[in-house]
Amino acid sequence: MAQITLIEGVTMALAWEMEHDDRVVVLGEDVGVNGGVFRATAGLQQRFGPKRVMDTPLAESMIAGMSIGMASQGMRPVCEIQFMGFIYPTVDQMVNHAGRLRNRTRGRMHVPMVLRAPFGGGIHAPEHHSESTEAMFAHMPGVRVVIPSSPRRAYGLLLAAIRDPDPVVFLEPKRIYRLQKQEVIDNGEALPLDTCYILREGEDVTIVTWGAMTFETLKAAAELEKEGIAAEVIDLATISPMDLDTILESVEKTGRLVIVHEAARNCGVGAEVAAGVAEKGIWDLKAPIVRVTGYDTVMPLFKLEYEYLPSVARIIDGVKKTFED
Amino acid sequence: MKTIAEFRIPYRQVLDPDGSVVADLPAFASDPEELLRVYRLMVLTRTFDTKAINLQRTGKLGTYASSLGHEAAHVGVGAAMRPEDCFAPMYREYGAQFWRGVKMEEVLLYWGGDERGNRFEGPQHDFPWCVPIATQCLHAAGAAMAYKLRGEPRCAVSVIGDGGTSQGDFYEALNLAAVRDLPVVFVVVNNKWAISVPLWMQTATQTLAQKAVAAGMPGIQVDGNDVIAVRQTMEEALDRARKGDGPTLVEAVTYRLSDHTTADDASRYREKDEVEDAWKLEPLVRIRRYLEQTGAWSEADETALKADCTRQVDAAVAAYLDTAPQPVESMFDSMFATLPESMVEQRETARRFVNSGGHH
Repeated sequence: MAQITLIEGVTMALAWEMEHDDRVVVLGEDVGVNGGVFRATAGLQQRFGPKRVMDTPLAESMIAGMSIGMASQGMRPVCEIQFMGFIYPTVDQMVNHAGRLRNRTRGRMHVPMVLRAPFGGGIHAPEHHSESTEAMFAHMPGVRVVIPSSPRRAYGLLLAAIRDPDPVVFLEPKRIYRLQKQEVIDNGEALPLDTCYILREGEDVTIVTWGAMTFETLKAAAELEKEGIAAEVIDLATISPMDLDTILESVEKTGRLVIVHEAARNCGVGAEVAAGVAEKGIWDLKAPIVRVTGYDTVMPLFKLEYEYLPSVARIIDGVKKTFED
Repeated sequence: MKTIAEFRIPYRQVLDPDGSVVADLPAFASDPEELLRVYRLMVLTRTFDTKAINLQRTGKLGTYASSLGHEAAHVGVGAAMRPEDCFAPMYREYGAQFWRGVKMEEVLLYWGGDERGNRFEGPQHDFPWCVPIATQCLHAAGAAMAYKLRGEPRCAVSVIGDGGTSQGDFYEALNLAAVRDLPVVFVVVNNKWAISVPLWMQTATQTLAQKAVAAGMPGIQVDGNDVIAVRQTMEEALDRARKGDGPTLVEAVTYRLSDHTTADDASRYREKDEVEDAWKLEPLVRIRRYLEQTGAWSEADETALKADCTRQVDAAVAAYLDTAPQPVESMFDSMFATLPESMVEQRETARRFVNSGGHH
């Protein structure tokens, strides 16, 4: 059993699925000989050849559009957008075609593609390399949005995303690409989509988060434990469609809800979590819902990026607000 | 300075507007039955088009995009393709689609606001109509990539209009196709108008075919009102693609004799004289004249064909009008392979409040 990082979990899932399914191809900018700028596709072209691991011209709409074309004709393309800051040209193709083709042909065609992209801040990257705009994709009907937060979930959720018969936007929190090693068995076992993962059980407060923020949140939970507050930490994992039931069950137990995300607050995914709990679980709440998020500012350049990202202290402060009278 | 690159754009016309042969006839044109098949479908397409506009005017169809004047370009493209090839149309290529087995009632269902029109009982792998301009060029390139990777002797064909050549997706698709030698043919049906914007405001280039040069593939301009020239050019381009020699850009020059759609009034932005001049070049007359000159067609044949086309169209209209409405759940049933738990309640709501909205 190998101890691997999150990004190695991505690579391992790609390799497993390419080995076991001829329809799977990997494509994107620099994914071939170079193995991707983060090395997510390292070694794949050497192993599977340039026909199945393709360097494309530098055009993101093209990467998404050609993947839709390939997927509609029986392939399983997994395409990489180099950074989330460059993902916006794909929005037209994803919202107008990937998410619609099955519905508008009443099931005649479908789009089993995965659009992978590293996202989020915290690695001192240049401008346009640190945003978290998952809400933009979560708003698209017909498109799944999945975010892993550990090596095991990167492996298992990516396998599930590739095997899913519908389009999946798979966003990889690059700040934690190499932060943690975990034992992952390379056995091709997928993890379920459309479900939350409970990372830590607790009775006093529910904290919903995803991606890299699971790390700060778990640290905050450990600190709060010392003060006698038992936090339940839930990794949303599939951002859309959302597993609200797991969150509602937790809130029924704890009576308190804090949502933590890197992305800007305004119309962020946290608003959807809060609205869902307000609609269906408001009588379980002992305190107003609190959101601890990135600010509604432009993502700053890296000198200030850790001022933007929710810190352990901000999360603890947010949790404590739910205990105020 | 020396010249390091030059380009030439060939132009093809086989039949002139009078139906006279002005170039060598291609092989398929020596078979009168094959030409009659083409001509009959062109007439059927026009008959259908007239009826569809009437249906819209009488409130039995939504906004409809007419194909009036494009019959040679569309039928010529469809007739050159094989059934296993993949078609990625824009939204008025009925002539090509009818050739490939799309039904007239499916076209009516689509413009009548019913997604089942996109389900195509015929060509299962063809893309449905594509409204976001030129985005389908990338789908054709992707389909061609799939065929190439699997070693299948199949091609993809996309059609856009002159306005579509201004889109990034068009250039991105051409660039990809050429750099990967993909089996795809990009067709630009240049009808001179992108809604109200004339060609001269769309591009500074002398032709649209030469946009191929920047991508590194051949570009050819063809008389888009000459169905023989269009089909011949498409057959050559598809042969080339099927052999692995890469993509081609074909510009078919025609004229949009209709409004952009039934929601448009072209008299607001273009001169009557221009339209009258364009009618002198329209595509049905010249192939009919040619067939008459060769003795393959007569006035009696024409009368019989028109009656037959009207019968076929009327039958399609009846089938369309008789189609039972979709159940309200159909909005949800094809969103994903399996409806996510989070949407089950919404489907129940839709059921509970069925027929409660709008002007009921």
